[in-house]
Parts: sequence; structure tokens; C-alpha cells
Amino acid sequence: MAVKFILDGEVIELADVDPTATVLDHLRYRMRRTGTKEGCAEGDCGACTVLVGSPDHSGGGGAVQWRAVNACIQFLPMLHGKALLTVESLTCASSPSPSGEGLGWGLSSEGSACGKAPPPAPPVKGRGESALNPLQSVMAENGASQCGFCTPGFVMSLYGRAIGASGADMPVADVLAGNLCRCTGYGPILAAGEAVDSLRRDDAALAAQLAAIAGESASGEWQGQRWFAPKSCGELAALLADYPDARLVAGATDVGLWVTKGLRSLGAVIFLGDVADLSGIEETDEALTIGAGVRYADAHPHFARLHPDLGELVRRIGGLQVRNAGTVGGNVANGSPIGDGPPALIALGAELTLRSASGRRTMPLKDYFLDYGKQDRQPGEFVESIRIPRPGPQAVIHIAKLSRRFDSDISAVCGAFNLTVEQGTITAARVAFGGMAATPRRAAGCEAALVGQPFSEATIEAAAEALKADYTPLDDVRGSSAYRLEAAANLLRRLWLREQGTVISVLEALDG
Amino acid sequence: MAERDPAWKVLEKPSHPHDSARLHVAGEARYADDLAEPEGMLHLAFGQSSEAHARIVSIDLSDVLAAEGVVAVYTAADIPGANDVSPFAGDDRLLADGEVTSHGQPVFLVAATSQRAARKAARLGKVEYEPLPAVTTMAEARARQSLIEPTQRMARGDAAAALEGAPRRVSGRFEMGGQDHFYLEGQVAVATPGEDGQIHVLSSTQHPSEVQHLVAHMLHRSTADVTVEVRRMGGAFGGKETQAALFAAAAALVASKTGHPAKFRCDRDDDMVMTGKRHPFEVAYEAGFDDEGHLLALKLFLSSNCGATVDLSPAINDRAMFHADNCYYLPDVEIVSERLKTNTVSATAFRGFGGPQGMLAIERIVDHVAAVLGKDPLAVRLANLYRPGREETQYGMTVADNIAPELIARLCESARYDERVKAVEAFNAKSPVIKKGIALTPVKFGISFTTTHLNQAGALVHVYADGSIQINHGGTEMGQGVYVKVAQVVADVFAVPLGTVRITATRTDKVPNTSATAASSGADLNGMAAHNAAMAIRDRLTNFLARTYGCGEDAVHFTPGGVLAGGETLSFAEVTHKAYIGRVSMSSTGFYATPGIEYDRDAHKGRPFYYFAYGASVSEVAIDTLTGEHKVLAVDILHDVGRSLNPVIDRGQIEGGFVQGQGWLTTEELVWDGKGRLLTHSPATYKIPTASDRPKHFTVALWDGENVEPTINRSKAVGEPPFMLANSVFSALGRAIAATAPDKRDLPPLDAPATPERILKAIAGHKLS
Repeated sequence: MAVKFILDGEVIELADVDPTATVLDHLRYRMRRTGTKEGCAEGDCGACTVLVGSPDHSGGGGAVQWRAVNACIQFLPMLHGKALLTVESLTCASSPSPSGEGLGWGLSSEGSACGKAPPPAPPVKGRGESALNPLQSVMAENGASQCGFCTPGFVMSLYGRAIGASGADMPVADVLAGNLCRCTGYGPILAAGEAVDSLRRDDAALAAQLAAIAGESASGEWQGQRWFAPKSCGELAALLADYPDARLVAGATDVGLWVTKGLRSLGAVIFLGDVADLSGIEETDEALTIGAGVRYADAHPHFARLHPDLGELVRRIGGLQVRNAGTVGGNVANGSPIGDGPPALIALGAELTLRSASGRRTMPLKDYFLDYGKQDRQPGEFVESIRIPRPGPQAVIHIAKLSRRFDSDISAVCGAFNLTVEQGTITAARVAFGGMAATPRRAAGCEAALVGQPFSEATIEAAAEALKADYTPLDDVRGSSAYRLEAAANLLRRLWLREQGTVISVLEALDG
Repeated sequence: MAERDPAWKVLEKPSHPHDSARLHVAGEARYADDLAEPEGMLHLAFGQSSEAHARIVSIDLSDVLAAEGVVAVYTAADIPGANDVSPFAGDDRLLADGEVTSHGQPVFLVAATSQRAARKAARLGKVEYEPLPAVTTMAEARARQSLIEPTQRMARGDAAAALEGAPRRVSGRFEMGGQDHFYLEGQVAVATPGEDGQIHVLSSTQHPSEVQHLVAHMLHRSTADVTVEVRRMGGAFGGKETQAALFAAAAALVASKTGHPAKFRCDRDDDMVMTGKRHPFEVAYEAGFDDEGHLLALKLFLSSNCGATVDLSPAINDRAMFHADNCYYLPDVEIVSERLKTNTVSATAFRGFGGPQGMLAIERIVDHVAAVLGKDPLAVRLANLYRPGREETQYGMTVADNIAPELIARLCESARYDERVKAVEAFNAKSPVIKKGIALTPVKFGISFTTTHLNQAGALVHVYADGSIQINHGGTEMGQGVYVKVAQVVADVFAVPLGTVRITATRTDKVPNTSATAASSGADLNGMAAHNAAMAIRDRLTNFLARTYGCGEDAVHFTPGGVLAGGETLSFAEVTHKAYIGRVSMSSTGFYATPGIEYDRDAHKGRPFYYFAYGASVSEVAIDTLTGEHKVLAVDILHDVGRSLNPVIDRGQIEGGFVQGQGWLTTEELVWDGKGRLLTHSPATYKIPTASDRPKHFTVALWDGENVEPTINRSKAVGEPPFMLANSVFSALGRAIAATAPDKRDLPPLDAPATPERILKAIAGHKLS
């Protein structure tokens, strides 16, 4: 079955799809829509930012939920059943919205007829004649572009924010954390985002089109390589029983680089993005249960409600485009020693549920990580959900990520402390770190030095010293072993100082 | 604290947006990779060296040739002419010939039907190496005296004797890292074969003439057989001054060999591995001074890692020496500059061109003097400024336009420096974990290529019979706005709206023998050349109108309301139509060579610069003393662009330059392993500033003045100088670290970039000192 998606009002149907061809390459080299740029081909610069829309059922239909993603590491089958907006979409749909409001620019309800594919040939108008939307106009008039190469990506991120795409409630700088500009110093771009923070779209017709192409699960074969995009866990379990070696791809924020940088062939691929029953979020007084397919951007507010430090951690995982694609389950299942989710979730006492055709099993998350590159996942199994108990009133929690750059950087050290303090005594402690060992791991010695002791500076000092014996981290590009050990111990000191009311973050010192 | 200054939103008269701004935001601006690909286009990739230094024993490319989509594979033996892509020294190979001298160096070239096929096949080459001793660190190079040229010395007076006699002395050393350009558009070139051996190369280069020249020699053709074109680059920053030639030459070789158009679009990681970066420097110094902080003597040792080949390293290191005074008079001084050769990718031009390294050295020395005297570093800076009677630089040039004292005073007041120093001290007294620091540093940057003959430019202006105008010049557009600035100059000559002027792509067949668009000189040189071309045409039109209307030439005026001649008012289009009918030439070249500059490199004396551009900044930072994290909280800038050609463009250069400099000194860390391999070869590991790294409070004001030299519109160059405004971030970080042990009269041992790890280390070092 072909991959079908909607671009500028047209249903694009691709019969023969290389399952690891990227959306970016398809746009640039098949469709010759070259406004979307390749800056890095690894999801770090945002020059390829596009918006992907799916039916939004939250408001009773008739709307589209948009997400900014990096087209360079999105595989074509991931577009199946979706709508796509590229920078060309913004100027080819130039008719003002019927309301005629000042900033009422948007797609007409009829959708746009331009961009027929292939080839789409966006309308090339005379110099400066393109009908820019207000965001683009403000950017063009005020020096928001210099070399202009990153600009379409910024336009798409800010446009997404203005139309209420995923993450639109965040400050402009946070929405732009995944877009790099090397020329401007960002000032005029940030100002444009502030100035044009709301644009209207009427997606009713598009929502109807999306409903019309919503159908069966997609699958295909390309040069002997099978691929599937199941829609339910049952379907997925059955597929995995038949193809136990199949590569599971959720957001492709990691696997995408295997293809673009490693130049690897992935063999059979199962795309998880359409598996509806992996995307559930259940929040109760006792716990938060997150389906493995929930994207970090969607989990973000729930995590933030669990604990503000967890919310702040998630804000700093990748840029918004990465969080709009990458899933909580993928971050865990992939077993990376430097993933930021696992240490925090381990410290919070998370449990993992794995599922296969023969049933489910549940384990503490910490037990899933066996060794470097090795996880306790049997052939035919997949990560189904993660349950995180809600911290009680006695919990003293500190979660911190240390990296050279605050935004969109991989941690040198990611630490999480979860102490239970009852009547001045630490009765339980979970301490876990990423970046300190071959897997995300708890700090047994540190925990032992905490439990049963009074919650005091002396205890913290002793435990901080004990922590240094828990790990023998490596020297690598993100930091030396010595730095990691010292900073990790200091994070525990920071927990104590924060409890004493001390300002402990430079991010909080802005107006001091 | 005040909100961000919105002043740049106020578009004053000359503040035309970038000529391509509307195309940029619409995604319609075309870069080299955006043009439709002709049928049969081949895509290229290099097979790269796995060794830092080795003799190539054998190359087996059979698997490469057999790989899917591969059309041809070439090695050095296939190059018909010179195997050379270097700017002048002749030591940069297109393809390694018998020996590799850095990891990642191109060994063979694959042409295939797709980029992916070429990249995949390039990994299949079997190259047998015999390892040779590899010098991968500066210490090893120094021990072996592995140099790209003899160590240079620039001196005045007797530094050794003056040190002896100085009442106080400090000595110290520190390091600063290199920097990847991280232009968002990677290296790219498209070569199209023409008839009779001619070739057209579309290249993302700052130096079309050099690419033309190198491609011609590589193909054993004449320069006239090769045309190089560049409409725009997606960023360059010096990284496409010499480094673009490699990719252009590869594409030209394949196009010439196969008769097919060929494109080299380099993958980001390969680009970062294969292309040069800013020079890392090690600095050692001994300074003598008095109790007031007056510098009396300075011995400064500047050592840089130039990498495997010469590239532009001599001039870059010279510029470090030229800027080791910054705004300060150094009475007895000796600067020794060592240019180390290592088996790492050759270092190259990067915004500032050695200036930032020299300038950071002297700022650090001033900070050191202030620290041991317990004085505010600004007081020491003020005590040492050039001033009447003390206005000759260490290379013998008179600082004739010294506005630094007044500019610093103005910024000190507008940024409330003194008041904020007290506030920072008060904050630090009650904040045990977070410490703040504040610093004001100035900039004086010399404008001109220090290689004197490069200071020339050409332009070509056509006026058409319908009154429209086409301009072309040797300047290349990399986002800095040289195209719009030059177009403004030409529009002003004819008093026509800017929209009348069509800016065309830079091409070597329109303007020959151009210099690189570099050294901040683009608008200065090309603006003046275009002005001269336009004036030649206007003079002809004036003469024609005077004859036609029987008036004197002084009665002909080009005004925004029309052309006035003998009581008549004509539209510009009417004038050009009449001139066409009247058989008047309305096309002209223009030329400009910067006057008054000369430099004796053997003696390191002379006037290398036409003038200086100035600026100053105040930065306030906070550090976390437990983790080493930092945040730049507030920045105020006052910068001198003379009489601005285009304030909105100039502000963009100032802000962007500052943030780029901030990145160099803070988050951007290049890490190499012991085998000379770059480990930080992607944006996942190499971190340029993001939007949130821009200081929340960020004001930029332009100095109200004009160039003392008769530059175009009395403007000043703006490309590079603002980069060095970020030195105040580094100084402020040093003061914040010093606040962890405020009674110590010493400078914390901080190296650049000030990563969390280095800041934590400096805190520990300071407490121990």
C-alpha cells in the first residue's frame, strides 16, 4: 500500500517507497522544493524544519495538530496519513483569510491548488512579489536573515508557534532551541516571533482530507526490504512475531542518523508512529503512565506536573523538533548510556512494561539496562509503557543535566536524586546517573550513605564523597572523568543547598 | 534591568533590508544546491585518510568501482595539471599524492549517480598506509620545531631591559581553542563542462578568482577557460576563503574527465573533518608595570597550531601580532610568534583572522595586572590607552583616529558600569553558589588586507536604455549585506530608487582578478569600485545632457525628483533612453586601490592598515561554582562603523559577530584525540550558541562619527571587528571566578573556551593559588 500524505491541498501518493528515504531528500531532490535546507542531516540545526499535521480529535475533529519536525531524519513512510507544510506552502497559499483580520493570513478554506506534485514548482513571482505572511514580512524587514540559509527553518518553527502547533505555549527562545543561526545572533528572529505570535489557519478542509485518506495500516517492500506501519499493539506484536529482527522506529531521532551518517541499511522496519494504543497518557494521584509511543513534547506537561525538575529536564532534551518526534519509549528502549530520560525515571522508581505476542511483563526500569548496548528485551518484545509513581510529600528531588550548552545538547552528566525524608531522616534514596557508566545506573554507595541518616549537610557531604566511588566514568568529548565525578557529587550538594533556600542555578540568576 | 533595546527596529533612511531578505523568508533564495540538476549530473565524495601522517603504500579501488551507482573513481594520478588547491604555498593537495598529512584528507574521489551512492562507495576503498611519525599536539610540534615558516618577531625598544627595571611584574600563560565556522550551508560546488575545454563552476566561495585560477591550473588550462560564479553563500565567515577550492576543483576534475556536470555537496561531518578552522593559540607573557597599572614592558609569546599546511597562516599570525596592542600603548615590547605545523587539518581564515587571539592575549594581561594590583580592570585599561604622545603602534603605524578613550567613556556611562560593578560585588557577597562578574573591553581593529596588493577591487555597471541598472563587482555575498550596500552606493550616484538596481551574481567573467571577500573589506573596496564605475557613466550622461540642452555640466543634477538639465526635468529613464539614441556608452568598469598603505614584512614595520574600527562592550555573567555552568546575563555595546552605509545591516553584523565570539569563548570546543582525529565533527558534539544563549539584555548603539579617511560614505568596515567585542564575556567570567576567593590578588587560570569543566577547574586553581 502506498504512502499517502497531503501537501498544499494535494494528496501525494508514493507507490514505491524506499522506507529509509528521508522527507528532506524527497522534497529537495524528487519534488525540487528546495526551500527546505539541509544543514546537518542529523536533526541538530533545524534548517530542514517542516510542519507535519495529523487529525486532532481533541476538539471534536475539524482541526489539525501540527508539529515542527526535522525533515532530514524523518523517513517517508512516517508521513503516511499526515499533512505536510513546507516554507513554500506559506507563500503559495497567499489569499487572505475570509475574516480579513490584520494578521488573519491563512490557508483559504478551499485549500491551495498550488504545489501539485510532482513536480510542484512553487510559484516563482517577481522580485519581492511573493505574498509573505506577516511573520515573514516582519522577519524580512528587520534583519532576521543574513545569509538566509537557516531562515526557512526558523520561519517554519515560528509559524508553528503562531498557529498553535505542538509546543506553542513555550517562550520563543525555547521553540527555537532546535534552530541554529550562525549570522544574526538571533535578536531580530526572537523579536519577530514575539511580534507575530498568532496566525489563524482554517484547517477544516484539510482535516476532512486527512479523514478521507485515513485508512488501513501502510506497508511495503522496496528492493527486498519490508516495512510496516501497524496501527495497534496487537498488530505490532503479531508482526514482531513474524519479523523478530525487524528494526522498530518511533521518532527516528536516533535511527535516522544510522541512515544519514552511518549510511546503514536497516533491513525490515516497523514504524511505530501510527500505533494508537502506544500513545496513551494516564495521570492519576498515584502515578503517571506513559505509552511508549508518546512523544516527549506531549509528555512534557505531564512530566512537569510530576516534578518541576523533570519538566525542566525535558525542556532541554533536544530541540522542539526532536521532542516532537522522539518518544519516551524510544529513549528508554534504545538503551543509550547518555539518554536523559532513563536516569530521572529510574530515580523516580519507574516501571517498564514489555509486551509481545505471548503477553506482558513488568520490571523496574533500572533492570532493563543490562550492559552497554544490551537491554533485557527478548525477540518479539517491545516496550509498551512506563509507569512513574507520583512523588510523595516526603520526597526531596533534584534532577539536573550538565552540558556545555543549555539547549539541545547531550549531557556530560545527567543526575537524578530522589530522597524520602521523614522526620529529618532519610528513609529511602534513589540516585541515578547517565553519562557516568555504560548504562544509566543507580549509585549504590551514595544511596547507602544516605539511607538511615539524618538529612544534614554532614550526610550530604559523606554521600557526595561516596558517590565518587560509585562510578568510573570515561573521558570523552563531553567531559573528563574527573569533571564528571566532581560535578556529579556537587549536584547532590546543590540538592541540599536548594533545600536551604540558596539560589543554585545560573538560569535563576537573571534578574538577581 | 531594561528590556532588549528595540532600536534596530527603527529603520532609518539608509537601512534597507538585505536585498534577498524576502527571498530568504520565502525559501526562494537559491543556493548552489538548489538549482535544477541537469540530466546526467554526477555526485561526488572523497575517500578520506584514516591516518594523520602516513605514506600511501597502495590504493585498491576495485570495490569502490564495483559499488552501485559508481561511474568513476580518481586519484592524484588522474589530475592533468597541478595537484594544488592552496592559496599560495602550493602544499594543499586536491588528492593525496603518496603521503597523507592529516586525518580525513582526501585520497580518492568517487563520482556516482547519487550523493548517497558516492558516500557509500567512498568507504569501500582499500588504502594501505605505512604510518609515519605524526605530530598531533602543539607541544610535540614545538619540541620538534615543526613550523610552517620561521618564527616571527615584532618589537620596539628593549623589552628585556624594561622588564628588569619595572617596579612590578607578572607572568602567565593560557590557551584558547580553535573554532569551526559552522556555516549553515556546507561546502558545495557544481561544475559544468562547456565547449572546447571550458568549464563553469558554481561555487560557494568567498574567493571566485582563486577558485578560477586553481581550477585552471589543476586542469592545465588557462584562467580564461574557467568561469566561476557565486550568487550567495549560506554563511562563510572565512571558511570559504580558501577551503572552497577543494570541492570546486573536485567537481571541475570530474566534469572535465567525464563530460558530465558534477556536484560536490559535502556532508556536514565530512566538512567539519576536512576543512580548516580558527587557529588554536597558546600564549605566554611577562609584563612589567607600575603601581598605577601602566604597562612598561611586555614580552609576549604567541604560538599557534597552523595544522598540516601553510594556507593563510602567515598573514593570520601576523594579524595576531598586529592586534596584541589592541587599544593600548606598549612602550617596550617584544612579540614572538611561533607558527607550528602539525598533522591536523590545516587551520584557516575565520572572522578576525588572528586578531581575536592577539587581542584576547592583551586583554588577559591587563586583567592580570589589575588582579595583582587589586584594581578595577577598567582603570588599568584606561591608564594604558593610546593618547597624544603615545600613539605609535609596535609596528610603527600612527593611531591617527584614536576614538577609543571617548568611546569607552561613553559606554561606561550609558551601561552604568561603575554602579553595576558595585551591584555585582553586593550580589556576590550574599550568594554562595552563583557568582557574577562584569567587564568592559574595547576593540581596535585594523582595516585592510595586510598583504598590501590584495587591497584592490573592480566593478562593472550597466545602465540600460529603460533606466534600469545592473551592477556586478568582485565582492561575494555571504549574508553580510555587501550586495545591498554596493547597490545603495550606485543608486545614490544616479539618485534612483534602490529597486532600479539589479544586483547580479559575482562572476569571474565580469570582473577579473578580484581579491577574496575578506578582511571586512567587501563594502569598502567594492563599494568604491562600483562608485567609480557609476560615476564614469554619470559623467558621460552629464556631458551628453549638457550638450543636448545647451547648458553647462554644472547645471546638470541627478536628484530623487528627476534629472535637472538646462531648466528641464527628466526622469532617469528618459535620460537613459535619450542617451541610448544619442549613442552614449552606458556601461563602465570601475576600479579602486586603497591608498597610503605599505608594509615591510621583514622588519614588521609600516602602515598595514588604512584605518581602525573601534568598539567596546560591557558583559555581565553569572557562573555556577558547583557545576561550572555559566550564563551571559547582559551585554551593552557601543560600536564604530563610521557613517553607516546601512545601519540595519551593520547592527546585524555587530550582534551576530558578538554572539559568534561568545560561542568561541564559551561553548564551542573542538576536541581531538591522540591520533589527530577530530571528535567534535557534528552539531551533536560541537555547540554553537542557540537563541537562549543570546543575552536577555542586549543593547547595541552605533558611534556617532565618521571615518577620518575618505572611504565610501566615510563608513567603516564592520564584518570582523564586532567578533572581538565578546572578549568582555571572557574577562567577566574571569572576574566571576575570582569572586570565589575575593581576597586572592591573582588571575584565575582560565583557558578558552570557558566550558563548565574549565570554569570548575579555574575555580579550583584560583582557590589554590
